[in-house]
Amino acid sequence: MSHISEILPAHHKHCDELFAAAEEAAQSGDWVACGEQSGRFVHDMLAHFDAEESLLFPAFESATGMSGGPTQIMRMEHGQMRELLVQLESALRAKDEETFAGVAETLLIMMQQHNMKEENILYPMCDQALGAQVERLAGELNTRLEQA
Amino acid sequence: MHPNLSFEQAPPISVPYRFFLTAPWFGVTAGLLLAWLGPDALESRWSPGALALSHLLTVGFMLQVMCGALLQFIPVATGGNVWRPRWVASLVHPIVAIAALCLAFGFALSQPLLIQIAVPLFAAGLGGFIAVVSFSLLRTPAHGMTIHVLRLALFGLAVTLILGIALASALGWQADGQASWSLVLISNVHAAWGLGAWALMLVIGVSYLVVPMFQLTPSYPAWLTRTVPFGILVAIGLWSLQLGVDGELVQSWLSVVALGGMLLAGLYAGTTLWLQALRRRRLTDITFVFWRGAMLALLGFVASWIALEVFPVLGEHPRAAIWLGMLALPGVFVSVISGMLYKIVPFLNWLHLQRLGGLKVLPPNIKQMLAEKPMRRQMRLHFASLVLLLGAVLWPPLTSLAGLSFAVSFLWLEWNLVGAVRRYIDFRSRALSDQVIDQTHADASSRVS
Repeated sequence: MSHISEILPAHHKHCDELFAAAEEAAQSGDWVACGEQSGRFVHDMLAHFDAEESLLFPAFESATGMSGGPTQIMRMEHGQMRELLVQLESALRAKDEETFAGVAETLLIMMQQHNMKEENILYPMCDQALGAQVERLAGELNTRLEQA
Repeated sequence: MHPNLSFEQAPPISVPYRFFLTAPWFGVTAGLLLAWLGPDALESRWSPGALALSHLLTVGFMLQVMCGALLQFIPVATGGNVWRPRWVASLVHPIVAIAALCLAFGFALSQPLLIQIAVPLFAAGLGGFIAVVSFSLLRTPAHGMTIHVLRLALFGLAVTLILGIALASALGWQADGQASWSLVLISNVHAAWGLGAWALMLVIGVSYLVVPMFQLTPSYPAWLTRTVPFGILVAIGLWSLQLGVDGELVQSWLSVVALGGMLLAGLYAGTTLWLQALRRRRLTDITFVFWRGAMLALLGFVASWIALEVFPVLGEHPRAAIWLGMLALPGVFVSVISGMLYKIVPFLNWLHLQRLGGLKVLPPNIKQMLAEKPMRRQMRLHFASLVLLLGAVLWPPLTSLAGLSFAVSFLWLEWNLVGAVRRYIDFRSRALSDQVIDQTHADASSRVS
């Protein structure tokens, strides 16, 4: 694994798995399991955002000089998802199944359309723009996400 | 690099919504027309009623939603810049809507003048739309099969439009208005491009993204994502050669080519159902059921087509084509589109509201924008209408009931969508007036201090 477009999409899938497990637990009213799964999900999502914002985006911005374009939008969407994660945790604490389901549905579409943009457009652009740095950076991202 | 890539060119919400809110009215009209015309409309695909109904659904309902959805989807999913989307929408939307009405009522009332009006409107409105959208799809820096398949679909739409204009010109300006043999051939090819190379192609391209996205299914196998769309396009292209080449050898190959295309469509539907069965998200939502219904209808279409080829006694029956039309239009396309509208509209509401900035109250979540229960009930009525429509092909006395049920189903779809849009407008005006009050309050405080 040596490209951004291999490492990060795999982590998206990993977060999807955690999301599906948390949502399923909430739907069956198992709030203990939902708490565990949601905890892992929120933690790994935040780690993913942090890794991108502190390692990948700055590298992309300095390699291309594009600081107001794609990465700015991705940061904004991270902010929107962070807000939804907060709402998800509050629905979890209140054991409010209906709100949890509504926020989860909103978060899922938000996440998926965000991932689609990253996987189809941004990551391939990163691989192209970062040149020789790609392998090192992909390794760092991988380590960061594994340790999180 | 790509200086034009801003990543965030989602058009104003009014761009897609004007198409989405107009579209169901064409379905309502189709249902009422069918109820009014009764069994005669389904006697053969060449009856004025059948031509009107099929075009109300295709260039009316389907084309409206597909145009609106592409203007939204291309910038967001492919990073392609659509040139002045607000302008394009405000021209294309009314022109194509009026053209569709003229065409359908030109058929229904056998009025060549209406068809003559529809021809230049379609040429300008749809031709312009194809040009603008193709330009943005050719320039997008994004990767992935969806982009290629969308390009193929736009090509399919262009060919459909050209053949449609040729047919409508012949009908509109031909003194006796009778379809000649060559017009029948051109109609068949026009329908194949419209349904296969445009509408199904668009569904296929979009499904590569949305099927895995909404239900967390595995991705479509890479070989299939290439083979199915290109194979279908090649099959339709070869099948179209019948327009220029004659002779028995060609005739005997036509069925083989058509069978190849049909099997690819069946393979696609089967694969989609299989992927959905492997979904990681166990939650069964409305969009998922609509998709599953559509894919079963597509399998039913392919199986019916094969059965009609194998048993020519059935295949030569004038209602055979109507049966296929019911499976394709209400069965496959209306189902998929309804499911997608129910997913897209609440999300766009939410997305646009939470970007207003400075909100004191959180925007309603997706499920609060459009509740599950009315969607589910409307979906049941849609599938019940489909069964009635298929029943009416076999037993004509059912026709008017089927038409009414179909009309009510579309009316309900419209009602549900309007409800979601009203919730958007209410929240937006409340949020904006709060901001104004805040601002006034802040100004007043600063004056006092």
